[in-house]
Amino acid sequence: MSESSVPEFRKTRYFNPYVGGVALGIVLLLAFYISGRGLGASGAIKSTIVAGIDKIAPKHAESTAFYTEYAESHPNGPMKNWLVFEMLGVLIGGFISGAIHGRLKLQVEHSPKITSKKRILFALLGGILFGLGSQLGRGCTSGSALTGMAVLSVGGFVSMMFIFGTAYALAYFARKLWI
Amino acid sequence: MGPLIIYENISPDTNFFLAFLIGIAFGFILEASGFSSSRKLAGQFYGYDTTVLKVFFTAAITAGIGLLLFGLFGWLDLDLIYINPFYKWSTIIGGILMGAGFILGGFCPGTSFTGAAIGKIDAMVFVGGLFIGVLLFTEGYPLLEKLYMGSYKGTPKVSSAMGISDGLFLFGLVIVAFGMFWVAEWAEKRFPLKEESK
Repeated sequence: MSESSVPEFRKTRYFNPYVGGVALGIVLLLAFYISGRGLGASGAIKSTIVAGIDKIAPKHAESTAFYTEYAESHPNGPMKNWLVFEMLGVLIGGFISGAIHGRLKLQVEHSPKITSKKRILFALLGGILFGLGSQLGRGCTSGSALTGMAVLSVGGFVSMMFIFGTAYALAYFARKLWI
Repeated sequence: MGPLIIYENISPDTNFFLAFLIGIAFGFILEASGFSSSRKLAGQFYGYDTTVLKVFFTAAITAGIGLLLFGLFGWLDLDLIYINPFYKWSTIIGGILMGAGFILGGFCPGTSFTGAAIGKIDAMVFVGGLFIGVLLFTEGYPLLEKLYMGSYKGTPKVSSAMGISDGLFLFGLVIVAFGMFWVAEWAEKRFPLKEESK
């Protein structure tokens, strides 16, 4: 594996992490100043799911308590949602940064010790677990942990500790995926 | 005085437009900091790259101190900002599932969107997984409702729970964060990625 001994993420230069962190903190502060709320990500997925179910299976949406309650509490429709607009921006902002820094490339990034197929399988499984967990946690790393910590909420700190604590606890068993 | 939307200095449509701009900045910073790479993110849990901790905690203390100052200057009404509610068991079990998803999938939701935006197929699949996971929640809600709505503890703040001021708690948090940064810098030297260390 000599030809691939430099991992993809070492071939490029990223922001200094402390500078990136201060910048991210300022964006989070602006979100509070403008909109009275912090950053998020998973909420936009829930809105999209609810909108999708309304479209694809309207009968099911009308007869299921979760969707009818959601519609009642969101009278402007699921997509007229702060997080939906914010996450559209995230896609564009990420793309702009990737374009400026020469990182636009269709690829599966994985450790040289595993195949692309294995990486894809675990990415799917991880996504499913994270998606379900983010609903129970009322937000993910952005909405619950980061934003929650900035406002010093107990929920934010507990979220952060259990997300990172569990990842550390399982890191040994998942080591072959990464190192 | 902010929040601008609550004091009606801006219209709801402007609020959505600004959400879009905030998102662009958020996505740009995540990608530019390296969060579009799962192997870089996963480095946090093996020590070879601790960018996650550095960015995450620097952002949290920057925003926390900013909120405190904005409140003191009278720029922002801190009574009107969203404080995360705390449903004990739902938060804990949600956190465990998210942690497992993080170490297996290599992303969290926000970072996976930036990875997908620059062409990482593994990130796109992770996003697909997120949709399935959220659908499991919305469809399985009758089974999960008791857990989701149970053990509600209000919207407590750590500072009040400890009986200290927000400022003092933040000061402590900054000290702890600097301690962790020091450990993180040490770990990166101590645990290099094997494929790079020869």
